[in-house]
Amino acid sequence: MAGWLRSGPGGKSINRRGRLIPWLWLLPSFLFMAVFLIYPVIDTLLISFMNRDSSACAGAANYQYVFTNSAAQTALLNNALWLVFFTVLTVGLGLIFAVLTNRVRYEAVAKAAIFIPMAISFVAAAVIWRFMYTFRPEGFTQIGLVNAVATNLGLDPTAWLVQQPLPYIDLLLPAPLHTNNFALIAVGIWMWTGFAMVVLSAGLKGISTEVIEAARVDGASEWQIFRRIILPMLSPTIAVVATTLVIQALKNFDMVWVMTAGNFGTDVVATLMFKEMFNYHDFGRAAAMAVILMVALLPIIFITIRRFRSQGETR
Amino acid sequence: MKKELMKPRAGFEDFASRLKILLSRFPLHFFLVGIALLWMTPAFGLLTSSLRDAAAVANSGWWTAFQPPFEFTLENYQQVITQSRMGAGFINSLIIAIPGTVIPILVAAFAAFAFAWMRFPGRDILFILVVALLIVPVQMTLIPVLRLLTDLKIAGTFPAIWLAHTAYGLPFAIFLLRNFFVALPRELLESAYLDGASNMRVFFRLVLPLSVPALASLAIFQFLWVWNDLLVALVILQDPGKAPMTVTITNLVSSYGAQWQLLTSAAFISMILPLVIFFALQRYFVQGILTGAVKG
Repeated sequence: MAGWLRSGPGGKSINRRGRLIPWLWLLPSFLFMAVFLIYPVIDTLLISFMNRDSSACAGAANYQYVFTNSAAQTALLNNALWLVFFTVLTVGLGLIFAVLTNRVRYEAVAKAAIFIPMAISFVAAAVIWRFMYTFRPEGFTQIGLVNAVATNLGLDPTAWLVQQPLPYIDLLLPAPLHTNNFALIAVGIWMWTGFAMVVLSAGLKGISTEVIEAARVDGASEWQIFRRIILPMLSPTIAVVATTLVIQALKNFDMVWVMTAGNFGTDVVATLMFKEMFNYHDFGRAAAMAVILMVALLPIIFITIRRFRSQGETR
Repeated sequence: MKKELMKPRAGFEDFASRLKILLSRFPLHFFLVGIALLWMTPAFGLLTSSLRDAAAVANSGWWTAFQPPFEFTLENYQQVITQSRMGAGFINSLIIAIPGTVIPILVAAFAAFAFAWMRFPGRDILFILVVALLIVPVQMTLIPVLRLLTDLKIAGTFPAIWLAHTAYGLPFAIFLLRNFFVALPRELLESAYLDGASNMRVFFRLVLPLSVPALASLAIFQFLWVWNDLLVALVILQDPGKAPMTVTITNLVSSYGAQWQLLTSAAFISMILPLVIFFALQRYFVQGILTGAVKG
């Protein structure tokens, strides 16, 4: 990924025959992208200001709906919850596992075990975890592992995918802090920690061992080495990982769709958008939701472009 | 050997210090092995349940399967393949994913070659556009794409989803291949041009053969992306007869939500190919991840 704008071979073309030729090579790709990406982005923007079947202008009514309707508000808040908890916990766990696996000989095996969920679909992961979370009322045999462990520890079996009051204080957390949202986020973390770990581990291997050895000789503790050397040197990699996870958190659809279909207050913007499209046939509102996702991602787009540009200049 | 005989104490001290290191590292090993097992447990539970009969799955936890009488069966797979469209779903997933992998790579390679080795005005701006498109959420395109495909009367057909996956995969494919092409040895391409080779010849005879590792990474990545996709298939392929496995499983979940022996075997069927690819081609897989950390 590094240095995509470096003035390497591409900088001075070695092929000067014909001015039209490069465009012919680009044409197929840009035709596809124009029809399926660029034009749709503009069109979705327009549709978001029109009524349900795009037959008349609706002004900002669709946006007003998204920000005032309670279901849509819940979806927005849920996305925010995903954004914060999914990103922070996945990066944190990935970092811990990257640092620890780096210190053992069976590194490859340990990493593979944590990385496997990356290869499977969100749909398969959703089936796996619906099964893990399976709930049977008290007194029946628990066939879901989570509830089996919970009842063995003396706790009550819980329907994890339905919002639950907090134990002992009998208080239902306000949306979106419902417990079931955290049960879903846990699945996301299970799937993506391997990704964070692999990328961070590659970054970790790039840190020179001489610097770390020098610090060790100077009497730095392991914690100081981590805090003062590894963490600062790894921060660009952490930023890349966090960027990817933020994109995932915002686009999140498949897993929520299969696990709860957005019921019990777990809707996110993408699942609600799908319902607006196919259940309510309101394309104006659906488009407005897509635009909101897109706007939330704009900072990421700018950060990414800037990061690649500055990499190009320094090399 | 001789040294050890002469200084028996050294061997003992060596052993003692080793033991000390081993003990001091015990918490680390304990933690890591525990985490690795914990991470694999959910998928292992899925596999186990898919191999047990319906009554056993419904009445006891899957972890009880590992005590006598050790009864396992392949019946669930037989049932889910023949009766729940999973057999057809597997074929459909292949029909969608193979062209959905080959076409975008071929198309992207041309553009990546131009970006890497040709000079033309606006090259950097256009490449920045590709980077920006990498992050555009697919949701932002679904409504117009669905309308367009409906107008063209190809919505719900395999070619429609091939075209869509091609377009959605292109930004990442161009990005990855361009970065690889740029790093190819300049002298090699220069001498080929000096010998009078055409662009096409250089591209097909030199650049592509040299780029097999990048093409492999990309192919794995794109294949898994299409194979595992649910949303695009739900929107564009609304014909149950053409549904890939992800859609079939989603329907099974809503209709047979409690028949875990069927759901688990269906899910495992959809995981087989990704797992084989993962274990066989792990190096390329990880390489693709590291190159394309930005793509969702």
